[in-house]
Amino acid sequence: MSMEPFTRITGVAAAMPEDNIDTDIIFPARFLLLTQREGLGVHAFHDRRFLADGSEVGDFILNRAPFREAKLIVAGANFGSGSSREQAVWALHGFGIRVVVAPSLGEIFAGNCLRNGMLALTFVPEICAKLMDAAEAGRTFSVDLERQRVEVEGMEPIPFSIPPERREALLNGWDETDQILNRFGAEIAAFEAGQRIVQPWLYTEMQPR
Amino acid sequence: MPRTLYEKLWDSHIVASLSDTEALIYIDRQILHEVSSPQGFVAMRAAGRQLRRPETHLAVADHAVPTRGRGAIADPQARAQVAELEANVADFGVPYAALDSAEQGIVHVIGPERGYTLPGTTIVCGDSHTTTHGAFGALAFGIGASEQGTVMAAQCLRQTRAKTMRVELTGGLSAHVSAKDIALALIATIGANGAVGYAVEFAGPAISAMSMAARMTLCNMTIEAGSRIGLVAPDDVTFAYLKGRALAPQGALWDTALAYWQTLPSDADAVFDRLVTLDLATVEPQASWGTSPNQTVPITAPIPDPATMTDPSERRETEKALAYMGLEPGQALAGTPITHAFIGSCTNGRIEDLRAAAAIVKGRKVADGVTALVVPGSAATRAQAEAEGLDAVFRDAGVEWRFAGCSMCVAMNDDRLSAGDRCASTSNRNFEGRQGPGGRTHLMSPAMAAAAAVAGCIIDVRELVA
Repeated sequence: MSMEPFTRITGVAAAMPEDNIDTDIIFPARFLLLTQREGLGVHAFHDRRFLADGSEVGDFILNRAPFREAKLIVAGANFGSGSSREQAVWALHGFGIRVVVAPSLGEIFAGNCLRNGMLALTFVPEICAKLMDAAEAGRTFSVDLERQRVEVEGMEPIPFSIPPERREALLNGWDETDQILNRFGAEIAAFEAGQRIVQPWLYTEMQPR
Repeated sequence: MPRTLYEKLWDSHIVASLSDTEALIYIDRQILHEVSSPQGFVAMRAAGRQLRRPETHLAVADHAVPTRGRGAIADPQARAQVAELEANVADFGVPYAALDSAEQGIVHVIGPERGYTLPGTTIVCGDSHTTTHGAFGALAFGIGASEQGTVMAAQCLRQTRAKTMRVELTGGLSAHVSAKDIALALIATIGANGAVGYAVEFAGPAISAMSMAARMTLCNMTIEAGSRIGLVAPDDVTFAYLKGRALAPQGALWDTALAYWQTLPSDADAVFDRLVTLDLATVEPQASWGTSPNQTVPITAPIPDPATMTDPSERRETEKALAYMGLEPGQALAGTPITHAFIGSCTNGRIEDLRAAAAIVKGRKVADGVTALVVPGSAATRAQAEAEGLDAVFRDAGVEWRFAGCSMCVAMNDDRLSAGDRCASTSNRNFEGRQGPGGRTHLMSPAMAAAAAVAGCIIDVRELVA
């Protein structure tokens, strides 16, 4: 399995100036009964986007032009908090979102983004506030992973940091499982051999008595 | 160099160091449930892989299962999801606690109950409340579906080392105040993202005196402060709980394991990145009023008034939450009528929680117009409660007595609020729509939820029993 590579994306950013947009808001739990990961974009922010009768909520940001085509979300603190459901990431990706920017992010959510060809970026509140203003003004954002910076019309480029190996994996679309198995097979076996000696109870068959 | 419990757990699982802050970490155990595991198995099949160590896994259906009875599942999607799990565990040789078995239950209840959860281990699950298992001194955290596939194939995960936070609990709890109240009071203090990036260790004299059930409730709720990892050092309470459990080591292996586990507690002079202290004598029964777990007040305090707030973002969040919850600023939460009471979940679905709720409803009746349900955290918990006669106490009071599952905590089955319903709930999240679209959740302890069920409104449990 490989993921879609991330190099540079350009588009408008949907402003969501609200703290604690949790993964239940991003992807309501009842849709977790779907077991596929494709085609979930229709359920992104479902209960914010749609009324009970299925019609659109007119003033929700992602229902308005040009933000229907948004490639970024600029949000308040603690975006993606709550549940570990990767469906939240798949739904955003399915909608077309590739980058999430916030002062802080749910940790499991942020990790899930990196494993699905998406960037989850945090900046200090002052920078987030400027990006929020730019998003609300409908300006075009570019996120360049090669150069590790966010470019917004009329603003100085904003650098961001990311661990080098994460960056390389995103640029190349490498799958984490493949990488681990290819690079660390011997180390994993050596670890198990050592642990088996010092913690043998972890290597007995777990048969209930 | 002195080390914290977290640092000992981290160091002892490093397979390869990747950078100053990242490492490949060995995963000793992975729990799988029907809702988050399908895509991991799909990835295994697509790559033509077998599980590296299937015997270290434990699978169970809990999230979407009906709780009115066992047997055929009516909802076709939920039925298909459970069938898919059953096919996957059969194909890949994963130990499975069947839906109609005595071992079934919520992932975070059956792990400890069966002795699968052990000190010193790394445990993952596609569920954010995996923090619960940290109560045993295990490094346990929730992961996404992609990571589950990685653990299936490689028994490892790439992880970033967390900072450390010590939460020192002193003093004693007053009557009718519980671990849930401590957790809610703490989250209200440090914020819903107050512990992001930290591994949180609960410590201090009050912890030593606490039962495993209470420790599990505390660790369970650390994710609601943003932390993936909650911890309590293993001690004699831990060991007494584990000894003799079905999957715990026995005989000579128990002695070897015990000697190792006793080396795990944080060294006396270990340095934490952050310290928080809480005097339990100051903690009152809590109830959430908003749509984030930090939006919680002691039951004696009024609901906050956004007009008095100087921080614009706090004011905006408060106004939004009050509008969703249909509450007025400045009013008392006590006296707010409810339509539902839910007692259960991985936070508060253990036997101790059921006993606390039963003690309140005993000899009383659920108020007219209130639907109250008790959903045990596991089949074993349900059986234990029945052996103690708690089911009769609940039934006599008009409380529905259900089978084990996540139920109205995540509302993936038919246990669900309708728009405008208001629930006194022992679950862990009061997010918008969490218990059903448009539903309104008030988080509280089992005793407080039971009190609300019989009073018909949110109430200070101490007043009810006075």
